[in-house]
Amino acid sequence: MSLSSKQIEGIAHLARLELDAAEIPRYVDSLSSILGLVSELERVNTDGIAPMAHPLEGQVQRLRADAVSSPNLRQLLQANAPQVDAGLYVVPKVIE
Amino acid sequence: MSGEWETVIGLEIHAQLATKSKIFSGSATAYGAEPNTQADLVDLGYPGVLPVLNAEVVRMAAKFGLAVGATINRRSVFARKNYFYPDLPKGYQISQYELPIVAGGHLDILLEDGSTKRIGITRAHLEEDAGKSQHEGVGVSTIDLNRAGTPLVEIVSEPDMRSAKEAVAYMKKIHTLVRYLGICDGNMQEGSFRCDANVSVRRRGAEKFGTRAELKNLNSFRYVEKAINLEVARQIDILEGGGTVVQETRLYDADKDETRSMRSKEEANDYRYFPDPDLLPVIIEDSFVEAVRASLPELPDDKALRFQQQHGLSPYDAGVLTASAEMAAFYESVVALVPSDPKLVANTVMGDFSASLNKDNLDIANSRVSAAQLGVLVSRIVDNTISGKIAKEVFEAMWAEGLEADAVIESRGLRQITDAGAIGAVIDAIMAANPKQLADYRSGKDKLFGFFVGQAMKATDGKANPALLNDLLKAKLAP
Amino acid sequence: MTVPTLAALSAGLKTRQYSSVELTLAALARVERSQPQLNALVTVTAESALAAAAAADQRIAAGTAGPLTGVPMIHKDIFCTAGVLTTCGSRMLSNFVSPYDAHIVTLLADAGMVMVGKANMDEFAMGSSNETSYFGPVSNPWDTTRVPGGSSGGSAAAVAARLAPLATASDTGGSIRQPAALCGVTGIKPTYGRVSRYGMIAFASSLDQAGVITVSAEDAAMTLQAMAGFDRRDSTSIDAPVPDYVAELQQPLAGLRIGILKEFFGEGLSAAIEGPVREALATWQRLGATVREVSLPSLPLSVPTYYVVAPAEASSNLARFDGVRFGHRCDKPRDLVDLYKRSRAEGFGAEVKRRIMTGTYVLSAGYYDAYYLKAQRVRSLISDDFRRAFTEVDLLLGPTTPTTAFGLGDKTSDPITMYLNDIYTIGANMAGLPAMSLPCGFADGLPVGVQLIGPHFAEGRLLAAAHAYQRETDWHLRAPPAFGADFAGEA
Repeated sequence: MSLSSKQIEGIAHLARLELDAAEIPRYVDSLSSILGLVSELERVNTDGIAPMAHPLEGQVQRLRADAVSSPNLRQLLQANAPQVDAGLYVVPKVIE
Repeated sequence: MSGEWETVIGLEIHAQLATKSKIFSGSATAYGAEPNTQADLVDLGYPGVLPVLNAEVVRMAAKFGLAVGATINRRSVFARKNYFYPDLPKGYQISQYELPIVAGGHLDILLEDGSTKRIGITRAHLEEDAGKSQHEGVGVSTIDLNRAGTPLVEIVSEPDMRSAKEAVAYMKKIHTLVRYLGICDGNMQEGSFRCDANVSVRRRGAEKFGTRAELKNLNSFRYVEKAINLEVARQIDILEGGGTVVQETRLYDADKDETRSMRSKEEANDYRYFPDPDLLPVIIEDSFVEAVRASLPELPDDKALRFQQQHGLSPYDAGVLTASAEMAAFYESVVALVPSDPKLVANTVMGDFSASLNKDNLDIANSRVSAAQLGVLVSRIVDNTISGKIAKEVFEAMWAEGLEADAVIESRGLRQITDAGAIGAVIDAIMAANPKQLADYRSGKDKLFGFFVGQAMKATDGKANPALLNDLLKAKLAP
Repeated sequence: MTVPTLAALSAGLKTRQYSSVELTLAALARVERSQPQLNALVTVTAESALAAAAAADQRIAAGTAGPLTGVPMIHKDIFCTAGVLTTCGSRMLSNFVSPYDAHIVTLLADAGMVMVGKANMDEFAMGSSNETSYFGPVSNPWDTTRVPGGSSGGSAAAVAARLAPLATASDTGGSIRQPAALCGVTGIKPTYGRVSRYGMIAFASSLDQAGVITVSAEDAAMTLQAMAGFDRRDSTSIDAPVPDYVAELQQPLAGLRIGILKEFFGEGLSAAIEGPVREALATWQRLGATVREVSLPSLPLSVPTYYVVAPAEASSNLARFDGVRFGHRCDKPRDLVDLYKRSRAEGFGAEVKRRIMTGTYVLSAGYYDAYYLKAQRVRSLISDDFRRAFTEVDLLLGPTTPTTAFGLGDKTSDPITMYLNDIYTIGANMAGLPAMSLPCGFADGLPVGVQLIGPHFAEGRLLAAAHAYQRETDWHLRAPPAFGADFAGEA
């Protein structure tokens, strides 16, 4: 299993990671070798085997009562924000 | 030209569920708060925090499912829809994907020709809303995450609609239903109820669907109709010009009254859905479903049918009166006071009453005339105290000045004249004053009957009992 | 020499041999002295620690203290701590002050424990050598030219060097057990869902589990007692009563059926490891356990399965680090995409990026079924193998790691070589099983760990077996010579 540079660039874009030109071949190599490791799964017969999404089977989603329990913590939570204005998070303009 | 083309429409309606708190957090969902004051750690996607499902959203979705005759899946699963956008705090939206909570229902809509059409509902699934981005600032967009995590039920129809009008009728019907069920406030201005439309056209008779465009941001019934019609015209233009329709997302711009491509949302449209490992399968017991079923109110269609059967209303009138639970309840309160003439009640409620509400932009809860007050007014028509025509005047006074019907009738002397002798005297005087018209009428100009009615009403300030006047006129004018 | 186990320190505090403030000052002094050699901590919280110690001393004086009250400890920097830098070993969070406490942070604080700092770790818990930390590698106290293992390398090194008697840790594919083995300390990864994940920064949600690294199994039992339990804020938390782990330590071993994991004793296991592990097995036999070989044919598939499931979940979990609400933001972003791409490229290190990209790929259109869904099916097979095995035996035994601690920099060039360090530990995460590593000897002066794996919720059985072993041996009490001074004696 070998990935191309173009595929790596596509994946990096999907994952919103900037890669410089020198990094691309390194990720081509390492992701290809990881997929090589993973390719061992292809040989496994999993016909009729259900996918396991959770380690403890039979557990079901618990529900909480519909009640407002969170106070307004804007000031505290925005202390970590890189850029805010008048209580709003600010990002470069999104062009639709 | 459009005769050769058939429009195919499917709708995805997003209804905000009317819970107190968010789908996965304890933040309030109230509309209009200061920005980011109703967004807690979970809503902001802070590192380390986890979602816990609100019980009420499950109940509300089940309610909807049962109301449209759908299956309530005993096992449903939340997945992550991964994409980057500043109003999507975690970088993924939690939404049901392969296993939604509601599957396979339907809803009947009333067409203009009086027939009904069944629209299939593919599925309805639970998901969280995103926040709101604003792009007004210079070089910046700003993000308010109060809405992030508000529970939504997304109702996906089959591509069963064949015109913008049908789409609107379906959307209105869903709107009515979710409000009946008390699961959504239906406020479209605030975005509580909104819709995306998948629109395509094909040659009439063709089996395959055409390539569709998804229209976004349709937050009023009027926009849905306008946007679909614009899009249909656009697609037909393309196809007739020998071009091909591109599958894409298009934004309806109400200001410019056009749809335009949203390429930014299109690129890299790979959502990488997978089951959310932070949430477990939602398991619903039969007993829960039965309890929800027992809690359902009378549904709009059932109510409309009952109005037709019990009150002799037309399907159309029954549909209008059941368009909201409040309207239906109001109508029924008035009927309780005037049981002898439900049709008259229906006409009054749908006529002057509804028109006044619309004119003043009020809802029923804030009406200036109560059901009890309106009941008295209609009773006065039924007991011949006033005519239907005079009733309009009385209603206007009640609405404008907050008066009771009887008070208006008495203070303005609007009581009907039902004394045959008095009316007869008025007729005699009119006949004497208009010999030419009398002669013409008697020589066969039947149309002049209206002239005599008008003169008599004028002479009595409209208070002559119309039926009595009619009878007396006919007798006296006869040659 | 008094070995500063948690149990011993707890007893010393109770009998007023020393105060919590004294213990805390000594811990802070050791931390400070060790930092240049070990780099085990990212943040030292001296001021709040002394305040907490003073409060603990008051509780002790008032007679309201519990067994953990007043004992210094260290939290892995994956756990959110209110008002304290919480970095997860990443530049992305190098400026992140958590506004809230993780569930276990609250529980241990309520128990009166004194946090003296936050432990270094592999970035976002992705690594097996603690070399992916933005804050630099941690050294192994037994040989500072070697790695401590990872991702809880700072926690393991801190306990090994006796900076504190315990450090919290997390385990997604071996991140508690592997560093515990390489540093010669005891580590337990409980059953998935036994300890709340609330406030533990997510790597791979279906595999992550919080646990603890201690000197002894008894200490682990005491700590787990306080950490375990239902938390309504974590939907995957188990709503079941927590047994009395300390009481369960006294379970008799007679008749305990131990299964030797056949697949763990094959090619790739160094003789230096196999010897001490087999000796440990003999000790348990002497204590009354019966031993048989058990084969789990799907178990070797754990590593490839893990490298689909874990990156997939991680790629999604780490999408929230986008430079908008918290965390690193690049300078002067040209536009939104540039903001995302540069903030994330600068904020994440190479291994994290590698896993995000791997995960993005295996979930992407056209590959989901072949990779992600396939891996989930194989995960079922692995889990079924364990379930079958536990119908025949009570515990499974094998080595924790294929080798002893390797040199810093030795395996950084090839991710696959690094990944294979977790070959014996990943299986338990796949099935959500409780597992422990405990010291069982040395090879060339470096610690060797033996691993025990139990069925779901058998923490008590694991701890009891480990405790029985540790009463017969003293490997767990051996401290690295360079850091061997008596903790309490200093106080």
